[in-house]
Amino acid sequence: MAVVTYATKAGGLWAMGKVDLSETVTHWLEAIPGAVIVAIVAPAVVTGGPPEWLATAAVLLLAWKSGSILLAMTVGIAIVWAVRHGPPVL
Amino acid sequence: METEEGVTQNVRSSDTPEVVSTEEVPFTVAGVVDGYRKCIPIALGVFAYGLVFGVLANQAGLTAVEAALMSAAVLAGAAQLIAMEMWADPVPVFAIVLTTLVVNLRYLLMGAALRPWFEALSPSKAYSSAFFMADENWALTIAEYRSGNVQGAFLLGSGLAIFSFWIVATVVGVTAGSAVDDPERWGLDFAFTAVFLTLLVGIWDGTGDLFPWAVAGSSAIVAAEVLPGSWYIVVGGLFGSLAAVSRRA
Repeated sequence: MAVVTYATKAGGLWAMGKVDLSETVTHWLEAIPGAVIVAIVAPAVVTGGPPEWLATAAVLLLAWKSGSILLAMTVGIAIVWAVRHGPPVL
Repeated sequence: METEEGVTQNVRSSDTPEVVSTEEVPFTVAGVVDGYRKCIPIALGVFAYGLVFGVLANQAGLTAVEAALMSAAVLAGAAQLIAMEMWADPVPVFAIVLTTLVVNLRYLLMGAALRPWFEALSPSKAYSSAFFMADENWALTIAEYRSGNVQGAFLLGSGLAIFSFWIVATVVGVTAGSAVDDPERWGLDFAFTAVFLTLLVGIWDGTGDLFPWAVAGSSAIVAAEVLPGSWYIVVGGLFGSLAAVSRRA
């Protein structure tokens, strides 16, 4: 597991060293982070329920306004917990 | 005589190959510390699902030492969680290794995305940093680089934060596991999503991101429905980034 994991972690970095970093390739590389992160969260948010949706909105708003990861994360978890345990108002 | 000397000196100095690094990327202890510090809030989120891994490892029959060794050597949350679900006696080694490969294919994309900055680093620095690349500190590092703080050691420092919190959480999860046997009850499963949502806000670069992100999100949602494991991350990441390229072309 360790070997295979490291191979993937180093592999992308290595492969891009073999490629000429043209403008198009650079644009592609620049677009990867956002796309990967959206891909990580989108299914979890969409297949979640009202607790996740509400928490997602709160996290995005807080992260945008405060810039604090810890604050946004804590409030997000608290909202999920509260809505899951509170009266079924939603 | 004097002029001749002056000429030779001139020639010599212009012959000396200047270090023409278009962008200088420093790799310093300060960079490691900076990365570690800024990653602590995220590492706390990682701690939450490190507990989950510890609990699952305990249920699968691993000791605290075995689980901690796996966390230290593999350092890949999703792959480790899935491995615990597949754990049996005898251990299905081949199936687990193959699944690990598939689950971790996203690291290929992530490593590729670091190349523009890591190109300026020596191979030993770049490839030892790569070991400490996890989803969270990779995203944090990219966000940091985009904001102009380009420190080569940032990935290593932030990775060390993830590494240390992940291992401690694993041990706590194994030993005190029964107390948090149902992390969903505490909303801890949302920690993972919350971490990436905040990082996404940091990476947002204007409305030009809307189209590729919509493509990434919708293709990931579809892929998550029809494909096993974490293929959806690879699919969404590829489609989304290619959509961005197709638009600019």
